[in-house]
Amino acid sequence: MPADFSLLRADFPVLHQTLAGGRPLVYLDNAATTHKPRAVIDALSRFYERDNSNVHRGLHALSMRATDSYGAARARVAKFINAADPAEIIFTRGTTEGVNLVAQSWCAANLKPGDVVLLTEMEHHSNLVPWQLAAHRVGATLRFVPIVGDNAELGLDLDALDRLLTPQVKIFAFTHISNTLGVTNNVADLCARARRVGALTLVDAAQSAGHEPLDVRALGCDFLVFSGHKMAGPTGIGVLYGRRALLDTLPPWQGGGGMIANVDWQESTWKPAPERFEAGTPNVADAIGLHAAMDYLDTLGRPAIAAHDGTLASCAAVALAEIPGIRLLGPRPGSPRAGLVSFALKDAHAHDVVTFADQDGIALRGGHHCNQPLMRKLGLPSTVRASFYLYNTEAEIVTLAASLRRIQKFFGGA
Amino acid sequence: MSDFDDLYRDIILDHNRRPRNRRRLPTANRVVTADNPTCGDNCTVYLRVEGGRIAEISFEGSSCAISQASTSIMTSQLKGKTVAEAEAAFAKFKNVVTTGRAPEDEPEQAAFAGVHAFPARIKCATLGWHAALEALQQPDQPPPAS
Repeated sequence: MPADFSLLRADFPVLHQTLAGGRPLVYLDNAATTHKPRAVIDALSRFYERDNSNVHRGLHALSMRATDSYGAARARVAKFINAADPAEIIFTRGTTEGVNLVAQSWCAANLKPGDVVLLTEMEHHSNLVPWQLAAHRVGATLRFVPIVGDNAELGLDLDALDRLLTPQVKIFAFTHISNTLGVTNNVADLCARARRVGALTLVDAAQSAGHEPLDVRALGCDFLVFSGHKMAGPTGIGVLYGRRALLDTLPPWQGGGGMIANVDWQESTWKPAPERFEAGTPNVADAIGLHAAMDYLDTLGRPAIAAHDGTLASCAAVALAEIPGIRLLGPRPGSPRAGLVSFALKDAHAHDVVTFADQDGIALRGGHHCNQPLMRKLGLPSTVRASFYLYNTEAEIVTLAASLRRIQKFFGGA
Repeated sequence: MSDFDDLYRDIILDHNRRPRNRRRLPTANRVVTADNPTCGDNCTVYLRVEGGRIAEISFEGSSCAISQASTSIMTSQLKGKTVAEAEAAFAKFKNVVTTGRAPEDEPEQAAFAGVHAFPARIKCATLGWHAALEALQQPDQPPPAS
C-alpha cells in the first residue's frame, strides 16, 4: 500500500495539464466518471495494436488471443466481486444497461399485474426509469423506501422498509452508495430483509465498485450492476452479475449473433449465460481495459482506496460546513460518508457555482444528479457535488473551500 | 475582462439579486412552464394578453443567475409588446447569446453577450424567453387557480 496516495497522480496522464489562466486541474467530478491510469490506456492500445480481432468464432491466431483476453477479463471480474463462476458475469455497456437487462428480461418472465417492484427514494434515474417501463408494461406497482431527515442525513427508513416488504414485492432494487447524498446502504442487511419475503435483490454498485471491496456472496444479492468508467476503466463497458441458477431461467433480452445455440427460420434456441445476454460483437477492447483497471485498483487495495476517499469526503464536509449559507446533504459533517459531498449555497445556484469554480480550475457537478424526485422531496432544484477518488488530495479541498467562499460572496453581494 | 466577468456582468447580478416582475399573476390568461432537463431548472411565465398585446407579464421558478436575470429583463422588455414585436425581440436576444455580438441600442440585451463563450449556458439564458413565446402562441386560458 502506498504511504502517499498523491504519488499515484503520476499514473494519470490527464491530471497533468493546466487550464486557462495557468490553473492546475482540480478534478472533483469522479462520481460522474473517473480518470484512467496509464496501465488502462496502455492495455487498450496494446489490444488494438497487437490482438484486435473478433471473438468466439475466429479460428486464427488473433481471434484466439482476443477470445482468451475477453474470457480472462470475465474471470477477473468474477474474482473482483467474489462471484462463484465467471458465467455469472455479463458484460454490458454500463450500469444503466445492466438494470435495463434485468428489468426487461426478468420482469417479462416473472412480473405480474399487482406485483410490486420496491425501490428507494435515493435511486439514480437509471435504477428507476427501467423499472417504470417494465412495471407499466405488465400493470405492476412501484413503491419506494423513504429517506429520513431533512437532508437525508439518516439514510433509509428501515422500519418503513420492513412494512413495505410484503409478499407482493417480487424484486427490491437499491443503490449501494447514493450518488447524490453520499449515503452508504448496508447491502447485506437490506438483502437479508428482502429474502425474508422471498423478494429478489438488485444492487446498484456504480458508486461503490471502484471504491471498496465487493463480495456478492457475502452480500447475498441476486443481481449487482456497475460501470467500468467510474472505477478507472474505459467508458462503454459495465457488468451485470446474476446468480447462475437465476440467469439460466431468464429469457434473452436482445437477439443476434453470439447468443444462439441453434437458429431455424421460425425458432431458435439460446446459449446459457453469459452468452445468452451478449448478442452481437461484444466490447472486447474495453473489457480488457476494465481488466487492467481492476488489477490497478487491487494493487493499491480497495480498503485503502475506500479509506482515502472517505477521509477526503469527511474533511471536505467539515470544511464546507463552515461556509455561511451552505446546506449539506447526506451524513452530518463528522459522520462517516462515502467519497462525495453534495451541497447547496444560499445565494448561488448550482450552475453558477460550477461555472465559477471552473474558472478556478475545479471540475464539479451541478444539477439534479439524475435524481429529480429526490431533489423535489428535499425542496432543492439542484445541488453542487464534489466527488473524490484515489488521486485527489487534501490540498484540493482547501482550493475548493476557498473558491466556494468567493462564490458565496460574489453572488450574495455586499 | 475574463470570460467569467463577461458572463456575470453587474446588470445580470443585479437582476439576479432583485428580479423584476417575479411573482404569480392571478389575472394571467396564458401560463407556460419551461423546463431545463439538464439541470432540473424551471421557469413559469404568466401573461395577460389583451387585444394582441402583452398587458402584464411576470414569472416564477428556480433557476441560475443567468436564467433569472434574462427572464427578469425579458419581462420588462416585453410588457406592452405585440406578438410580432416579442418574436423580433427574442430573435435579437438569441443572436446576442449565440454570436456574442452586442447591440448598441439594447444595453440590457447586450449584457448577455458573454453567454456565447459558455455554450452550455445558452439554454439558461433563453429558458424564460421560450416559455413566453410559447405562451403567446396559445389561446386564452382561464386565470390560474390560486
